[in-house]
Amino acid sequence: MIKDEELTKTRTKRNGMKDYLSAGARAIPPSGIRRFFDLVSASKDGSIISLGVGEPDFVTPWRYRDAAVYSLEKGKTQYTSNAGMPELREAIGEYLHHQFRLDYDPASEILVTVGSSEAIDLAIRALIEPGDEMLVPEPCYISYNPITTLGGGVPVGVETYAEDGFKLKAENLKAAITPRSKLLILCYPSNPTGAIMTYEDWLPIAKVVEEHDLIVISDEIYAELTYSGKHVSFASLPGMRDRTIVVNGFSKAFAMTGWRLGYACGHPDLIGAMLKIHQYTVMCAPIMSQVAALEALKNGMEDMYRMVESYNQRRRLVVSGFREIGLDCHEPHGAFYAFPSIRSTGLSANEFAERLLKEAKVAAVPGHVFGKGGEGFIRCSYATSVAQLTEALERIGDFLNKL
Amino acid sequence: MNELKLKILDLLKEDARLSPSVIATMLGADESEVSQAIAEMESDHVIVKYATVINWSKVDDEKVTALIEVECSPERGRGFESIAERIYLYPEVKSVYLMSGAYDLLVEIEGKNLKEVASFVSNKLATIESVISTKTFFILKKYKQDGIIFEDFEDDHRLPVSP
Repeated sequence: MIKDEELTKTRTKRNGMKDYLSAGARAIPPSGIRRFFDLVSASKDGSIISLGVGEPDFVTPWRYRDAAVYSLEKGKTQYTSNAGMPELREAIGEYLHHQFRLDYDPASEILVTVGSSEAIDLAIRALIEPGDEMLVPEPCYISYNPITTLGGGVPVGVETYAEDGFKLKAENLKAAITPRSKLLILCYPSNPTGAIMTYEDWLPIAKVVEEHDLIVISDEIYAELTYSGKHVSFASLPGMRDRTIVVNGFSKAFAMTGWRLGYACGHPDLIGAMLKIHQYTVMCAPIMSQVAALEALKNGMEDMYRMVESYNQRRRLVVSGFREIGLDCHEPHGAFYAFPSIRSTGLSANEFAERLLKEAKVAAVPGHVFGKGGEGFIRCSYATSVAQLTEALERIGDFLNKL
Repeated sequence: MNELKLKILDLLKEDARLSPSVIATMLGADESEVSQAIAEMESDHVIVKYATVINWSKVDDEKVTALIEVECSPERGRGFESIAERIYLYPEVKSVYLMSGAYDLLVEIEGKNLKEVASFVSNKLATIESVISTKTFFILKKYKQDGIIFEDFEDDHRLPVSP
């Protein structure tokens, strides 16, 4: 037992504001993307073409914006129920049933969140205990590991490889499992690799999950941006529904990043726990965003399909472009990123990205910031105009020739 | 029309300068197939012209555009065809549509100034025998034409790099 007196003594020993920070806040590293963002912003060069943007180049379709504007005019400016507007949850339920053969009860199994980011945070917070291990296939989206660390958990990277098209392989997953393994987070279609998982790819993974009694957080934010066949939700596999929290949202497919609107679906016990945290932290997602999202689901599917088709066209252009200028590029079947290998240049991803920015005025995110297996690759978003993409490819080609 | 042709048209209407090879890559199709489809559509006059959309209000050269509702009596056997033809052959006529409703033809006319348009209407259009009446509406500002918005927007509000 520490006496109050001693506690006061140790407190006075603190000699900088940093000493007041929690262990978790100290443990998480600053984002590697943020570093690169600063580099690009600092250069203030208008001629830079950025392939580093992780959001759609479309403005939110007017139909959705108009619905939100109209609702504001009508004075819809209040809190909604904690879990989200009932009509929106109903619509999400129907949408998931129709698109991905997922069935959730809107009353108890669907939670509307502030972006899918909040849903991921809630899921991890609701499930992780100090010392628990979370399996994280890498390269992956940059927030899974820090959130796990904040909760006292231990992220355990599971490397995926270009040779496998960056698909998750059961043997690699198994090799990373320990008695402390509790959670597995999945993100397919993948940011940054563009990899997808088919039903056949998922089967052996589901078996491992079952055998080792894992809970899965499946981040399916890029689900609609699947260009070969239809997206297969991990929760749709036999026996996986109750073990899986599906996370999705409106940012990518519906071009609604700034609205911050996502959702989580799963077993009522898990969603109920997440709802508890959600109501204490944010109360509810913004009502105007919920109104816009409802319009998107009810009358805006055509707008979404039009955008997906446009990404697909640019995807083909970029992948064939990289191959033409001599960079190995596996076929990205989903999301809006190409992940070409720059190993042939002998440069590290970081050196390559920094020199590409300085010498060729093209910004791309070095792969190592996405974790294991990202070294030797760069992430290039093709959510930018055909003219910009063509110009960027030309510049990268010239840059390679001068190396 | 087959799906490939429709997809090609979708791309060309946005950017007529896309080359067949770029179109082929974007659609995951064969370049020779794309070239052939374009050639066919050109010879069938599906693709009529590769023109430029111009915002004339940004050009110093002054122009006045008017829409004219024309009421006319159709001719036996030929309906409105020959009247329409007599009108659309004038170079100052930009478009002619046969309409349902209160009038028959909608004619878009472009001239250097108000006077020029007015004189075209009174001297050329109203004097056609089967024309019963005309109503002229001058266009004050074009906000959007053929699906293209003319207002200037800032292109990209996005952060240059994001996760």
